Amino acid sequence: MIQESCRPEAGAFEKMLWQYRGEPGMLIPMLQASQESYGYVPPDAIERISYVMGIPEAEIYGVITFYKQFRLKPLGRHIVRLCKGTACHVVGAETIGQVISDELNVAPDETTEDGIFTYMVVACLGCCSLAPAMMIDNQTYGRLTPQTTRKLLRQYRRNAAAESAS
Amino acid sequence: MREVLVGLGSCGLAAGGLKVYERFEELLGSGESCVSAAVLKKTGCIGMCHAEVLVEVRDDAHGSVFYGNVSPEKAAAIFESHIKNGRIADEFKFDAVAATTKQKRIALRNSGVINPDNIDEYIARQGYKALEKVLTELTPAEVITTVSESGLRGRGGAGFPTGTKWKFAAASKGDHKYIICNADEGDPGAFMDRSLLESDPHSLLEGMAIAAYAICADTGYIYVRAEYPEAIKHLKHAISQATKRGFLGDNIFGKGFKFNIRLKEGAGAFVCGEETALIASIEGKRGMPRVRPPFPVESGLWGYPTSINNVETFANVAWIILNGPSAFNSLGTEGSKGTKVFALAGKIKNGGLVEVPMGMTLNEVIYDIGGGTTLGGPFKAVQMGGPSGGCIPANLGSTPVDYEQITATGAIMGSGGMVVMGETTCMVDVARFFLSFTQNESCGKCTFCRIGTKRMLEILERICVGNGKEEDIPLLRELGEQIKSSSLCGLGQSAPNPVLTTLRYFLDEYTAHIKDKKCPAKSCLALVDFAIDAEKCIGCGLCIPSCAVGAITGEKKKLHTIDVAMCVRCGKCMTVCTVNAILKR
Repeated sequence: MIQESCRPEAGAFEKMLWQYRGEPGMLIPMLQASQESYGYVPPDAIERISYVMGIPEAEIYGVITFYKQFRLKPLGRHIVRLCKGTACHVVGAETIGQVISDELNVAPDETTEDGIFTYMVVACLGCCSLAPAMMIDNQTYGRLTPQTTRKLLRQYRRNAAAESAS
Repeated sequence: MREVLVGLGSCGLAAGGLKVYERFEELLGSGESCVSAAVLKKTGCIGMCHAEVLVEVRDDAHGSVFYGNVSPEKAAAIFESHIKNGRIADEFKFDAVAATTKQKRIALRNSGVINPDNIDEYIARQGYKALEKVLTELTPAEVITTVSESGLRGRGGAGFPTGTKWKFAAASKGDHKYIICNADEGDPGAFMDRSLLESDPHSLLEGMAIAAYAICADTGYIYVRAEYPEAIKHLKHAISQATKRGFLGDNIFGKGFKFNIRLKEGAGAFVCGEETALIASIEGKRGMPRVRPPFPVESGLWGYPTSINNVETFANVAWIILNGPSAFNSLGTEGSKGTKVFALAGKIKNGGLVEVPMGMTLNEVIYDIGGGTTLGGPFKAVQMGGPSGGCIPANLGSTPVDYEQITATGAIMGSGGMVVMGETTCMVDVARFFLSFTQNESCGKCTFCRIGTKRMLEILERICVGNGKEEDIPLLRELGEQIKSSSLCGLGQSAPNPVLTTLRYFLDEYTAHIKDKKCPAKSCLALVDFAIDAEKCIGCGLCIPSCAVGAITGEKKKLHTIDVAMCVRCGKCMTVCTVNAILKR
């Protein structure tokens, strides 16, 4: 199992693991690094962290499941985060959510079959005056309507298809 | 000398600010005659998010002129008229004066004015002067007295006097002491801290360094939400700049004072806004609160004395040191001094960030600064304090912004989210919304918070779909009071507030849902009937296949109809109609 983590994308994570070994309070940054490298926290990353840091796997698992950021399953290529903050809720985030579910054919926290999108609902993106808002990867889109939401998602899908074709 | 400033806070970026910036870059860079026509600068958020992308042009002839809702095309027109020919492009001009005259900017003094990535611009506006002053002229005790005299109270929500907190932390004994900045702004509907971090990170660092000097701390942590990537970027940059210039580090201003700041990214847990949970999270554990005492000022991070303050609190500190406590405490009311930043959002015309002197009434904030509701007419309620707060009805609009008086309404001052609600907002649905948030975020430690909020949520959900019972109302009240009195931390103690305040002020809406099976705001889909507006329908047929139960019929180019008996009220037809012809009755 430990061998598996020698994948090339594990580099940054492995480096960090040894760099911060023994430093207190580094478990969450470690898990964040793992997620950055793999897109999620794979079982062998938990094993590696436990081995290097000397923290029981059960405790690591407890921390992972406590925080919303961490995922135990791989993510799609693009992450759609719909804001469900108060301001967005008041101006119709529910409808936008329905459009996303409908367009991608997934419920919140699910990944599309083609692996292109993972759809999540988040508490607040802090762009309240541009409500309703969503984030696709690190780009925020505001003042959404059902039409613009559909258009955006289709655009991402087309680009993703074009990328895989080339 | 002409300057062009483009607002590139999160709101500006989301509205397409980068494209506007790039367009200006092209325009200013291309024409040879225009090379020195203007200097292009990035800036943070000035607070008028509703008019993003916001561009400011400063020159000697016209002073400062704002342009609102700028697109790359408008940018070209502004360039042509204002920058090339020195004529204000009146058609795109945005009147920023009306919104700002009633404001008093202390915490936001530099937001939208300086480039947050350039420490020199901060220094040019008296940046790090306050830190120099405390290190050369004041003892730690004098710093604490100054802050105490100013009357500054914690801006994170609870309103604990900052000077008192520092006094306790200074009095505690420990080999190390820590300063923590709580930048885990989790309240949905609040974005003051994000804006401050993105627009003026150095004022936070300076405030933290002054606090560290006051309590003799050597290390600071900024606990910031991972959902704020822009803020994290600016903070990292600011910390490295300040360290290079010797404003942070092992020998600050050559006075032998040592203070370093580390950044910790949160991992998404609302309860980490509570100080003992936040400490647990920095320590790498599950972010669960613990019993106090001992308070963090005695035994906090790794067991050492720790003072935790909010972003906005720190942003006020340098100003207080430079201008004196009386300049600050001359503003505000008896118990609440200075100013407060609010994030205006919801059904409001001019949403954004405003900073007003304490004591201003809610009506003044909403109508005079916020420009009233989006549809005109009065607001129905204003939600303050996020999931821990409550809904204040319009007839209490003359309530002043003051910790005690807001608390008396059943809401709380909170961190400063102010969500305005209009006639189409259902108050039962709002209560359900907040409770589903807190229920989801409850860490599960206290039984009443863990199970009680779940039961309350179930009741609200059934009321929203028309299955409410009359005895639900007293049951909600009873559960609410029990949860408040039997939870350990602020999350549980305040979770029932949105339900209790809506029950107090909008009981008729609950009754309408329960007895008449109607949602007066037409927001709860299960309690409305759908119909098609004969005047608007163009007979395009888009809605017909969208209906899963085949309740919509009609020929092409003729009026379509919905069979109410078949309709399952999913609302999907509304999302596909391009002419808004689906009505709710």
